[in-house]
Amino acid sequence: MPKITYITSSGVEHVVDADSGISAMQAAVSHRVPGIDGDCGGVAACGTCHVWVDPSWLDRVGPARPGIESEMLALTDGRTPCSRLACQIELADAHDGLLLQMPTDQH
Amino acid sequence: MNAAVKPPQNHVERARTMPLADIDVSDITLYQQDALAPYFERLRREAPVHWCKNSLYGGYWSITRYHDIVAIDTNHKQFSSDHTNGSFVLDDTTLNAVEGGIAMPNFLGMDPPTHDDHRMAVSPIMAPANLLRFESLIRSRTKDLFDSLPLGQTFNWVEQVSIPLTTMMLATLLDFPFEDRARLTRWSDIVTTRPGYGLVDSWEQRTAELMDCLGYFQTLREQRQKLPPKADLISMLAHSPAMQGMTPTDFLGMLVLLIVGGNDTTRSSMSGSAMAAHLYPDEFAKAKADPALLASLVPEVIRWQTPIAHMRRTAIEDVEFRGQQIKKGDKVVMWYLSGNRDETVIERPDDFIADRANARRHLSFGFGIHRCLGNRLAEMQIKVLWEEMLGRYSKIEVVDAPLRVPSNLIHGYLDIQTRLHA
Ligand code: HEM
Ligand code: FES
Repeated sequence: MPKITYITSSGVEHVVDADSGISAMQAAVSHRVPGIDGDCGGVAACGTCHVWVDPSWLDRVGPARPGIESEMLALTDGRTPCSRLACQIELADAHDGLLLQMPTDQH
Repeated sequence: MNAAVKPPQNHVERARTMPLADIDVSDITLYQQDALAPYFERLRREAPVHWCKNSLYGGYWSITRYHDIVAIDTNHKQFSSDHTNGSFVLDDTTLNAVEGGIAMPNFLGMDPPTHDDHRMAVSPIMAPANLLRFESLIRSRTKDLFDSLPLGQTFNWVEQVSIPLTTMMLATLLDFPFEDRARLTRWSDIVTTRPGYGLVDSWEQRTAELMDCLGYFQTLREQRQKLPPKADLISMLAHSPAMQGMTPTDFLGMLVLLIVGGNDTTRSSMSGSAMAAHLYPDEFAKAKADPALLASLVPEVIRWQTPIAHMRRTAIEDVEFRGQQIKKGDKVVMWYLSGNRDETVIERPDDFIADRANARRHLSFGFGIHRCLGNRLAEMQIKVLWEEMLGRYSKIEVVDAPLRVPSNLIHGYLDIQTRLHA
C-alpha cells in the first residue's frame, strides 16, 4: 500500500493509502481529494486529473507518454515537463512517498 | 412521487417492431415528441454501431454506447472533425457551403495543429481569475432576475429565465454592447436552423443575418484592436498573434462557435433544470435540505438534459469498428443523448438523481481534444441557478407539456410554462 501525497494549489496536503495496481487518479477520487475530478473515468480523455510530479520522483514515474496523454496535456493550463495525467500513472509499492502537486484549475 | 417521463406509447411499439435498418434517429419529429428513448435503447442493445442508409443528411453511422462514443471521440486521427473532411454536426449545411449553407470554419471543426493554436487563443477566458470575476456577476444577475419573477402565476421559463441569463453571460464573455444583446440570441438561433423550421424563410435570409453578425463583430474587433488587451473574447481574438491573418470567413466561424457553444447549451441546461425540478420533486427537496448535494446535482442535470444531442466525425480512412466496416468518408455520429442513457454504465439512467455517485462521469461535454472549453463556466452558471432555486422555492411546477426545439443537435426547449411556489 504506497502512501501518496497530493498537494493542492493552496498547499494543503492530502495523504492517501493507495492500493497498488490502481491509478493515481482513482486513488485520489476514491479518497475525495479535491482538485482531481477524473471526469472521463481514466482514459486520458478529459484532462481533469493533471498533476505535476515532484521533480525528485520524475525518473521513477516517468514523463508523459506520447500520443493521447501528451495531446490532452497540451490543452491544459500550466503544463510543465513534470506534468502527467494521474489516470495514466499506475501505482506500485515502489511509489511509496510519491508527491503529486495539483494545478490551480482543472478542465 | 418521482416519475420519469414515459415516451409516447406508439413509439415504444414502433421502435420495438420496425426493421432495424429503417431506424433513423436523426428524424427531427422524434425530438419534437421526445420519443427517442426506445429507438436508442434498441440500437444500444441490437446494433450499437448502426448504419442508417437514408436520411435527410444521407447515410450515417450511429454510435450509441457510452464506451464506443469515448473511443470515437478520442480517436481524432481516424475520425476527423475537420471542415475539409466533413463537419462536426450531422447536417453539412449548418457550417459548410453546401446546398444553401455557408462556410463557417472553427476549431471544433479543425484537427491539430490548427485546432490547438485557435483553442489556445481563446482559452484564457476560462482562467481561474476570470471565472472568479464571473461568479459574482452571475450571482447578482441571477438574484435580480428571480426577484422579478412572479409567484403563483404561469410564465415561460425559457424566455424569462434561461434566455436572459445565458444571453447576459455571453454578452459579458464577448464584452458585447449590453443593449444590443437580444441580437446575440437571434444569431445563436439561426446558426443551427434551416429554412422551414420557423426561424428563417430562406437560405438567403439566413446568410444575410449571418453577414450582419459578421459586420457587427468586425467593427467591435477593430475598436478592440486599438485598445489595450482585455479579458474578453473579442479582445483576445483582436490581439492574439495567431489570429492576425483571420479571413472574414474564419472570423465568422469562430464567432459562431463561441456564440452557439456557450449559449444554446447552457440555455438548455437551465431549461432542463426546471423540468428536473418539476418531474423529481423529491430530489428537489433532498437538495433543498442539503445544499452540499450541488456538487453532484450540477453535473447530474447536465447529464440528464444532455444539451448537445450529438457530435459527428468523418472517417478519413477505412476502419473496422466493433465488427462493422466504416468506409473512408462515412459520417459517424456519436449520440451523447444515448450514451448518457447507457444502462450498462449509468444506473437508472432515465432518472434525475441529486446525489448520484460518479455524477461527473457523463458525455455531455464530449471527450478528447475537443472536450468543451466552457464546462467549468457552464457548471458555475448552473450551480448559481440552483442555489437560488433551492433557496427561494418549495416547488417548481411545470403546468403544461413543454415545447421542444426542432433539432437533432440542440436538445432543448422553446416553451416551458412554469409556476413558482414559495
Ligand atoms: C452545459 C453547457 C455546455 C455543454 C453541454 C457543452 C457541450 C460541448 C460539447 C459536446 C463540445 C464538443 C466536444 C467534443 O466534440 O468532444 C463542446 C465544445 C466546445 N464548447 Fe461547450 N458546452 C457547454 C458550454 C460551453 C460554454 C459556456 C462555452 C463558452 C464559450 C463553450 C465553448 C465550447 C468551445 C469553444 C468548444 C470547442 C472545443 C474544441 O474544439 O477544442 N461551451 N461543448
Ligand atoms: S481522468 Fe480523464 S484524463 Fe485522467
